[in-house]
Amino acid sequence: MIGREDVAHVARLARLALTDAELETMREQLNAILAHIDALKAVDTAGIEPTSHAVPQFNVMRDDEPRPCFPPEEMLANAPDRSGDFFRVPRIIEE
Amino acid sequence: MRAFIHELTDAFTRGETTPSKVTDAYLARIATLDDKVGAYITVTADHARSAAQASDKRYREGRPLGPLDGAPIALKDVFCTKGVRTTCASKILENFVPPYDATVVDRLARAGAVTLGKSNMDEFAMGSSTEHSALKVTRNPWDLTRVPGGSSGGPAAAVAAGLAAGSLGTDTGGSIRQPAAFCGVVGLKPTYGRVSRYGLVAFASSLDHPGPFGADVTDTALLLGAIAGHDPNDATSLAAPVADYTAGLEQGVRGLRLGVPDEYFTKGMDAEVEGAVRAAIDVLKGLGATLERLSLPATPHALATYYVIAPAEASSNLARYDGVKYGLRVPGRDLIDMESKTRAAGFGAEVKRRIMLGTYVLSAGYYDAYYGQAQKVRTLVRRDFDAAFDRVDLIVAPTTPNVPFRRGEKADPIAMYLNDVFTIPADMSGVPAVSVPCGFTASGLPIGLQLIGRALDEATVLRAARAYERATDWHTRRPELS
Repeated sequence: MIGREDVAHVARLARLALTDAELETMREQLNAILAHIDALKAVDTAGIEPTSHAVPQFNVMRDDEPRPCFPPEEMLANAPDRSGDFFRVPRIIEE
Repeated sequence: MRAFIHELTDAFTRGETTPSKVTDAYLARIATLDDKVGAYITVTADHARSAAQASDKRYREGRPLGPLDGAPIALKDVFCTKGVRTTCASKILENFVPPYDATVVDRLARAGAVTLGKSNMDEFAMGSSTEHSALKVTRNPWDLTRVPGGSSGGPAAAVAAGLAAGSLGTDTGGSIRQPAAFCGVVGLKPTYGRVSRYGLVAFASSLDHPGPFGADVTDTALLLGAIAGHDPNDATSLAAPVADYTAGLEQGVRGLRLGVPDEYFTKGMDAEVEGAVRAAIDVLKGLGATLERLSLPATPHALATYYVIAPAEASSNLARYDGVKYGLRVPGRDLIDMESKTRAAGFGAEVKRRIMLGTYVLSAGYYDAYYGQAQKVRTLVRRDFDAAFDRVDLIVAPTTPNVPFRRGEKADPIAMYLNDVFTIPADMSGVPAVSVPCGFTASGLPIGLQLIGRALDEATVLRAARAYERATDWHTRRPELS
């Protein structure tokens, strides 16, 4: 069972500002879902390799040659806030 | 209306009608009927008309681009379209206008297809009913009180209601096949890596499969042929050559070995679904296929495995929605506050639930117990299919355990998740699978038959689906809408 504090911690990691009511609903629902998922722990997987992808595909390399990229104006067109050719965000470092 | 693409483009070639006339007819039908069905988030009428006019010209000059030239299609709103907003049915992307086309969008345009618009879905493709769309409601054309399935509910409903001749969706846990079954159309999940994911808004990258919906198997094969193939912009794209998926379609199933897995006929499944699927398997037997009962013993663990792996990948992929580069921004006192408020306001309840679950199973102390273990069980699910395909050519099963449910009926998240119990294993294994209509309940709701094949053997999957379709007439039935 995960408690209220665990849920609040995960919400901080996930950058989700949840209300107290949402935290409580989330706690109940996550516990119900985890109760189902916990059945996996009983599956014998000794000696079984993990699967990260369905097809055997490994590192794909290409020649390191210059190629055209998107113009800054197009990449900034959806920006919520900008300053020149930069994305502007709230101050991170104290003055 | 629900015309078949292959009939439309044949009529264009013979000069009986034109892409512009057909496009106008579809746009008029959308204007009249889509208030009821709700298949589209965005209709791109001007764009469609100019693409249709270019197609008219090619037919006039006797050099159409191929069997999709002038075909009116819909795109799930998960595919990036240059200059056309791409929302993923989320408030966080409600006004996002991509600067480029997804590879599949580009390939369909090069084949001459006419995009009518962007269709509805569960937000970020997370759901099985399209009820998690933050932008609109999509109704099942066969019964407007019921859901069309999901997450590709819009593309499936569009084809069923004759609001597009074909469409593209994505399947991560069943999101093409389940709505295809619920809406009485054909939906194919190709082999993982067969169709490029470039320009697809990511949900769970190791499980996301773009694929087509058609009103019949031939149209589905034509659409797959246009979108399949290697793409250097997707590192998981396969280099294997693309087959001509329509070439062997009519060859029948004589001599094919079909496996019938015990685990896909469970207690608690809908009796009418089971009856229709068993009858469909008998039809295939009557056409010359041989049947073999088999077991896929890891199947009961597939759902739990999926609900670790998919949310884990989603929580990483959706970290990009931070209010910085595109999408919604809610002001905050500092960067973290801005990000947290933006994501709280921009994501719906199901997306938040999956991000929380994914973040939890990847967090310190839980990674091995959940994510590591799920990846190992995923290997067991894959091995089941490997072993089965040593003995049989195809696996036949129901697409879903039940019929389309009423809106609001599955308010509990786990009840919703259980819908995907028969579709998830093929996503985890990457093998191709199709849902083809195989009957209706007494109350007129569609039922889907699922055919699962070997990796990269879409041709056999489609051939068997076509053989079944030719022997029945389910694909010619239409919902009554007016």
